[in-house]
Amino acid sequence: MAARGNVIFDNERCKGCELCTTVCPVGIIEMSSRLNSRGYHFSQVKEGMMEKCIACGFCGMTCPDFVIKVERL
Amino acid sequence: MAKVIYEKPKGITDAITHYCPGCTHGIIHGLVAESLEELGVLGESIGVAPVGCAVLAYNYFNCDMQEAAHGRAPAVATGIKRVLPDRTVFTYQGDGDLAAIGTAEIVHAAARGENITVIFVNNAIYGMTGGQMAPTTLLGQVTTTTPYGRKPEANGFPIRICEMLSTLEGAAYVARVSVHDINNIRKAKKAIKEAFQTQIDRKGFSIVEVLSTCPTNWGLTPAEAIKWLKNNMIPHYPLATFKSPWGVK
Ligand SMILES: Cc1ncc(C[n+]2csc(CCOP(=O)(O)OP(=O)(O)O)c2C)c(N)n1
Ligand code: SF4
Ligand code: SF4
Ligand code: SF4
Ligand SMILES: [Mg+2]
Repeated sequence: MAARGNVIFDNERCKGCELCTTVCPVGIIEMSSRLNSRGYHFSQVKEGMMEKCIACGFCGMTCPDFVIKVERL
Repeated sequence: MAKVIYEKPKGITDAITHYCPGCTHGIIHGLVAESLEELGVLGESIGVAPVGCAVLAYNYFNCDMQEAAHGRAPAVATGIKRVLPDRTVFTYQGDGDLAAIGTAEIVHAAARGENITVIFVNNAIYGMTGGQMAPTTLLGQVTTTTPYGRKPEANGFPIRICEMLSTLEGAAYVARVSVHDINNIRKAKKAIKEAFQTQIDRKGFSIVEVLSTCPTNWGLTPAEAIKWLKNNMIPHYPLATFKSPWGVK
């Protein structure tokens, strides 16, 4: 079984660039319809999809704004 | 216990950067910070910030920083390194800063074999000032000063800095990398670490050219800009290690 992961987003740092959504191998990151205090649609894991995360870390490595912490469970 | 696979590096402050959404300056900052930390030199490092979009880099790197006049970062870094030879000293410069106004400084720092590390962010444009042509702008590339595309008759040819500096004996480590996908982000990190190791081993001048995006002035979304870099910049700026104290393949 692939490694299970957990990703934590610091929403206030997010600039809504969407790069993290393009690198997730299991396609579980989406942009929220909500805005952070600086007016950006922030990224989030799709409802109920966190268990699909394989803890690859790609989203964190790609984010230019250090929004994402990735843990292997 | 959960194992941390990725988090904001210790070498990056908590400040939210002023970079545009999706600008890869931020990815490159992260790689520099991780490299300094992993080599155990973060606490003793001194960075020199440029003029360009990275002008405020001193707010983002969690080490001592000095601001330089436009293009003069290698000269400032030279002074710092000569006074404090045990510190790890780096410049962080854009292509306008390094390859236009600062050409003399970078060439002579390399020729002197100055024991400093240069992180050269090539986004083929003057980002900060609104997208004017840089010496690294590709032929045909539209910028605010080449609205019909860069033409060699009027605008000359793009400069390949790594190839040029590789001819100098003083340049010990010269590599060009990119950050357009995960594999290349990993390779870029490896090159940045090797460049700093070159300095730590006192082997002489080291430079890593990192191909980077400017979605705002290229007029593309961040994801489109990544594709544009891959399809247009890499054919003109081949990714390679040109020189290394450990030899090149
Ligand atoms: C002496 C001087 N000349 C010109 C400028 C205007 N200027 C500011 S930044 C810049 C170029 C920035 O481009 P680059 O170094 O490629 O950095 P980027 O913003 O693309 O990261 C120029 C020409 C200046 N600040 N000082
Ligand atoms: S760690 Fe990998 S699998 Fe998990 S959300 Fe990030 S990119 Fe997707
Ligand atoms: S890459 Fe970072 S800044 Fe961009 S959308 Fe994802 S979390 Fe937000
Ligand atoms: S203008 Fe270009 S280089 Fe400067 S922060 Fe914006 S995207 Fe990045
Ligand atoms: Mg530039």
